[in-house]
Amino acid sequence: MRDVAVVSFAQTPYKRREDKLSEVEMVMSVVTRAIADSGIAKEEIGFTCSGSSDYIAGQAFAFVGAVDALGAWPPICESHVEMDGAWALYEAWVKIQCGAADSALVFAFGRASMGTLLETLTMQLDPYTLAPLGVDAVSLAALQARSLLDQGGVTERHWAEVAVRSRRDAKQNPDAQLAGDFEVEKLLAEPYRVSPLRRHDCPPISDGAAAVVIAAGDVARRASRRPVWIRGIDHRIEPHQPGVRDLTRSSSTSLAGRKAGVNPERLDLAELHAPFTPQEGILCDALGLGDGVRINPSGGPLAANPMMVAGLARIGEATRRIQAGDADRALAHATQGHCLQQNLVCVLEAD
Amino acid sequence: MSSADSGPTFSAPHVVEYDYRRSVGPVLGRFFTELRERRIVGIRRDNGSVLVPPAEYDPDSGESLSEIVPVGPTGVVASWAWVSKPSAKHPLDRPFAWALIRLDGADTALLHAVDTGRESAMSTGMRVRPRWREATKGEIHDIECFEPEDAS
Amino acid sequence: MSEEEPVRSIVTPTRLEYEFTAAGAHAEFLENVARGRLVGKRCPRCEKVYVPARPNCPRCGIATVESVEVSDRGTITTFCIVRVPSENIDLELPYCAANVLLDGSDMPFITLLQECRVEDVRIGMRVEAVWKPEEEWQPTFENIRHFRPCDEPDIPVEKLGAWV
Repeated sequence: MRDVAVVSFAQTPYKRREDKLSEVEMVMSVVTRAIADSGIAKEEIGFTCSGSSDYIAGQAFAFVGAVDALGAWPPICESHVEMDGAWALYEAWVKIQCGAADSALVFAFGRASMGTLLETLTMQLDPYTLAPLGVDAVSLAALQARSLLDQGGVTERHWAEVAVRSRRDAKQNPDAQLAGDFEVEKLLAEPYRVSPLRRHDCPPISDGAAAVVIAAGDVARRASRRPVWIRGIDHRIEPHQPGVRDLTRSSSTSLAGRKAGVNPERLDLAELHAPFTPQEGILCDALGLGDGVRINPSGGPLAANPMMVAGLARIGEATRRIQAGDADRALAHATQGHCLQQNLVCVLEAD
Repeated sequence: MSSADSGPTFSAPHVVEYDYRRSVGPVLGRFFTELRERRIVGIRRDNGSVLVPPAEYDPDSGESLSEIVPVGPTGVVASWAWVSKPSAKHPLDRPFAWALIRLDGADTALLHAVDTGRESAMSTGMRVRPRWREATKGEIHDIECFEPEDAS
Repeated sequence: MSEEEPVRSIVTPTRLEYEFTAAGAHAEFLENVARGRLVGKRCPRCEKVYVPARPNCPRCGIATVESVEVSDRGTITTFCIVRVPSENIDLELPYCAANVLLDGSDMPFITLLQECRVEDVRIGMRVEAVWKPEEEWQPTFENIRHFRPCDEPDIPVEKLGAWV
């Protein structure tokens, strides 16, 4: 296996509605910065891969337009996934493992504010038995949350504490959308949105973009003083039908974590893509994370949840903290689908 | 820094609208044909358990499945969530519950709506039965929703 | 379908509503077209002019800066004759969809050609925009109804260079 490191990360400040910048402009801002900070010349980058969703953009092949931001002349080697950028990073990592490139640019973007996000996300459901019912992402997360309450051991108070901690920590993150001090009692006094979830249990709708540059071995060492090595990366998926799964556990995250070589005793922090508060506990259990691991110092997806970007942003935020010397070894996680159906786990470490 | 910050912003509506006619194959086709007759079926897995809705392939082994098994029509609520403000895309236009319903004879749960009128009438473990649509077509909406088993 | 026949298909209707926004170079272009002017943007590095205006140069990957007004006359760089109907398009068949390179621009765009027999369309043909009446102008490229041939000699194919 080749050693591959993340050498740079850039993201836009996340907003409820970005109506001044087009997708191309958002992408260009993060790609330009990520390349500039990478220490690798644009012409040397061997592969480019992006993650986004045409349904979010309301246009077939919408991702092709984003290539305009890359200055793809002479032509570049480029690919795309209709997924979170974390999976674009996985494809780029595989490309480098195969020896087809020594460095890669990975980016993700979306302006979910332009559509009705909950209706858009319903389109990812089974078209025969689920999508026609119009069941939405919040409702599905609520079914998962109720299962947790029924099982016992977790309470709505725990979830409110996750929301309070996340948004308080987000105050240190200049790119976060929802940041501030909230009180658990006041949050618990709010009405349910879809019971047992309240508004604070749900992620915001966020527009934005992010990019990372990854590179192999010596290319990474030449480019960066503190390359953040991807020690392991893996992703697993569970069956689609919520009624077939045990929604209180994330077996795919456990398996991906094992395959990625997660050792909870040796982690300083974890950036978890848990868009709904109850999911953070599920992921911590799945990965065996104890109190010694700091969760989502960036504020996590409860502070900003740009669709198709938030998973890549977890990798970026973990990288940023390792580069700054705040951590030596971190875990970053990304999710797709409803109720943590598909999960990617990545272990990052400095030399 | 772009000129975007200073100039005007225009906006325009855009609608993406299309109907797909989806072939259903023999397994889902049987499920929908039975729904049209106001019956619910599942499919038996290699390990003997029954999947609802029926699937063409076993989620663990990947083996193709074929043994159709009648289930329900009544069942037990395995989980639920109360929607106090239904959207236009939801199956009911008044507050209702989503539920994962384990029909009698099934080992997995079907997702559908439950109409109890009020949140306090919902509970995990309650028994429900389907309320069928007047005119069935052979689709998931043939079940208008579920209701408490003892509803009059 | 009779009652006895098994269900072979289901229809799944889809409807998603969006509100697209345009600012910056896109909005500038729309503001100008609302006044009957076609104004593109130039790349500071390769100096190519793009119409409709775009905020960045797709070749160089940098922001465009200078605004450049271009003519509403141009040259056909390629075309196709459409002989099949389309649900959303209410045009008499056959019709011609053509790539037009406006004088002053470096990027052709696809548009409708009318007032011309399809047999007469050719690469290099000179065309001009046919605008809606001024009182109907809105911030939309649809202010131009279509293009039609204009009375100028063809541009030889060799002169069209990279565009053919």
